Amino acid sequence: MDEKLRRILPTVQKPARYTGGEYNEIQKDLKDIRVRVAFCFPDTYEIGMSNLGMRILYGVMNQMDGVWCERVFAPWGDMEEAMRAKDLPLWALESQSPVKDFDMIAFTIGYEMSYSNILNMLDLAGVPPRSCERSGLKNIVFAGGVCAFNPEPLAEFIDFFSLGEGEEITPQIISVYDRAKAEDWTKDRFLRQVAQIPGIYVPSFYRHEYNDDGTLKAIVPLEGAPERVTKRIVEDLDRAYWPTKMIVPSTQIVHDRANLELFRGCIRGCRFCQAGFSCRPVRRKSAEVLCRQAVECLEDSGNNEITLSSLSTSDYRELKELTDRLIPYCEANRINLSVPSLRADNFSRELMEKLQTVRKSGLTFAPEAGTQRLRDVINKNLTEEEILTTCANAFSGGWDHVKLYFMLGLPTETDEDVLGIADLVYKVIRTWKEHAVNKKRGLRVHVATAYFVPKPHTPFQWEKQIEPEEYLRRCRLLKDHFYSRSIEYNYHAPDLSRLEAVMARGDRRLCPVIQAAVRNGARLDGWDEYFRCDLWQDAFRECGVDMDFYTTRGYGEEEILPWDTIDVGVSKRFLRLERKRAYEGKITPDCRQGCAGCGADKLLKEVGCDDQSPI
Amino acid sequence: MIRALFEKTGNGVWISHLDLMRLFQRAFKRAGLPLTHTQGYNPRPSVSIALPLSVGVESRCELLDFELEGERVPMDQIRDRLNAALVEGVRVLDVYEDGRKLKELRCLHCQVRLCYDRGVPAGAADQIRALFGREELLVEKKGKNGVQEQNIIPMIVKLEVGQEEGQICLDAMVCCQEPSLNPMQLSAAVERYLPDLIPDAVSCCRIGLYDQEHKVFK
Repeated sequence: MDEKLRRILPTVQKPARYTGGEYNEIQKDLKDIRVRVAFCFPDTYEIGMSNLGMRILYGVMNQMDGVWCERVFAPWGDMEEAMRAKDLPLWALESQSPVKDFDMIAFTIGYEMSYSNILNMLDLAGVPPRSCERSGLKNIVFAGGVCAFNPEPLAEFIDFFSLGEGEEITPQIISVYDRAKAEDWTKDRFLRQVAQIPGIYVPSFYRHEYNDDGTLKAIVPLEGAPERVTKRIVEDLDRAYWPTKMIVPSTQIVHDRANLELFRGCIRGCRFCQAGFSCRPVRRKSAEVLCRQAVECLEDSGNNEITLSSLSTSDYRELKELTDRLIPYCEANRINLSVPSLRADNFSRELMEKLQTVRKSGLTFAPEAGTQRLRDVINKNLTEEEILTTCANAFSGGWDHVKLYFMLGLPTETDEDVLGIADLVYKVIRTWKEHAVNKKRGLRVHVATAYFVPKPHTPFQWEKQIEPEEYLRRCRLLKDHFYSRSIEYNYHAPDLSRLEAVMARGDRRLCPVIQAAVRNGARLDGWDEYFRCDLWQDAFRECGVDMDFYTTRGYGEEEILPWDTIDVGVSKRFLRLERKRAYEGKITPDCRQGCAGCGADKLLKEVGCDDQSPI
Repeated sequence: MIRALFEKTGNGVWISHLDLMRLFQRAFKRAGLPLTHTQGYNPRPSVSIALPLSVGVESRCELLDFELEGERVPMDQIRDRLNAALVEGVRVLDVYEDGRKLKELRCLHCQVRLCYDRGVPAGAADQIRALFGREELLVEKKGKNGVQEQNIIPMIVKLEVGQEEGQICLDAMVCCQEPSLNPMQLSAAVERYLPDLIPDAVSCCRIGLYDQEHKVFK
């Protein structure tokens, strides 16, 4: 370990997150290594080590002969300050080598508010942030993750983007690099070659032209680049790489447990949800494979908890078979089985009762909107009756804590919808009064409202975000209608969600803004203790970019969108149709009740969408 | 009850007490050694570590008490299986039954190294020797009731000051239970009373545990 680091560690919070050396960490001998990859997560260790995608790709890359993938995380503020004071460049955990020494620098990006961390990490590494300032093959910067589905705000910083699921494409990328390095190619030749891989988007191969009103006039592919780049998927998840020997952190992380991925994609189609559309088509793992992986994972890691993850666990076709097999194993081995994101249906209620782990405290719903009308608009088919029935059962079973999550500012929302939230909350309280077994303990209802952020590749991708003042007015309106002392109401401050909306639907003109904000000191924006709206406002002003253009303006349906180059499988025609149905207040039934024709099934060649046959 | 003597060195020194408990619980599971659990609403694995160690401090004499379910496993096998399941920097040296009661633990042998990047200032060792010869040394201690001053001299059983290349080594025997002295307080005393001798870095290591009669505590 570097002596500078050894001196810094006693002075910072949670030093174990900077040292590496965890169980199952991959060490290799540098003399056998041809390609070194610094795999960066643009947030802290605790967040990054909880990210499943990063764990999968870490395993995928390290399976390759001659390749060593190491982890890099964003330092917390105290560590960053010490690094800058002592002139210690950002390092990778495994070898403790400076990031600058690596051949490739990869980022996985899942949250718009981590864009400043990407630039700040490059700066801490001593690597120039802009792609055009990095000339050779050394320090090729590439990125993936859901934010890559609108990569434009990062277009000037990232050499190329890898779109979609990374299990198959990542080794292909590294193989091209391996050859490029051996044959001493130029960076340009490498980029042209890597762009041949389906799913690779090289932003410098496209010219964006603008109209006088600021909207996009044309996106011109250069150097023979394809007009559209289609994301990659893994068709057969049963045969896909799955890391059963995962790193076990020596310090507590956010999701400190083993993880099973039941399926990818979602049959639901809530119209605000980016993951729901951009992760399609639905592909699942068989219960048999999942059980085997669960046992392997648990025995290898020594974890005492495992979680079943997916976008909507109740929709997993073999949930009963899976839990019937897992529950006895978990009980015999003192392992908590946690099953998040269950829907409020009957089977889920039974399952919750069976799981010993469900502590009699928390029950969480995300109705998102207060009235059935608005829930139909957003296609969130959770009914008031389902919520109240589940609450009634839970209250009679001893639960005394409910969390309810909503959004404000959804398309077509009126004050009536806002007050519908208060109404629903009072119905929950009334249900408790009727069914509670022990009224002395009281009821706690946590209500939280978020500020709606329109996201690319959803039916709401063209929508306006309401004005921050209007959002706050609706929050206060709601607050004024909460009289009960059982209710605790929290609402997100609008600044962060406004910036998130700008980044989510942003274009290349944001690149200088991000760079200016980071120069002003922006970083760790996702953390309340560090987020400073003023730094961003100054940056927008400095660069002459108007935030409202990306938020309250709304995008025209015929407008060229910055992310039109990216094909996630779901067609624009379908998104337009879904938007129309939203305004008509018509729901679209889930995929199991009939295919709505989103287009994502065309990504599949070997298997059908949401395959029903047992594997 | 079974007791393990383990050391915490290298990267291991940065693992906090609570994290180390979790790390051992998982290591036992990985090693196929099921721990017994406490009774009650929230059963917890029965592992406990004798004297919580501050983050950043090295040790060659940590004690971990635990109980195992199922058939008796030979002690050296427990040691080897645990070591195969542990991380670099945490290593079990010995596993044995019938450890003495923890309340009979009294003294800790430790070494505190004061590092000087530009060499040890002339006369430093003598000044420090004289300092610890005093009858009273008041050092601030952060406790539940805020910061309090305490006299550390009565808790120092023995202390020798040695000098090596670029560093002063305080080799000390201190009380470690009722009352207890954190060895880092020895360096804090130097920093408070001899401001010219404030070191550039301090490292601390626990060497061994002893009872009232200064016999090795097992």
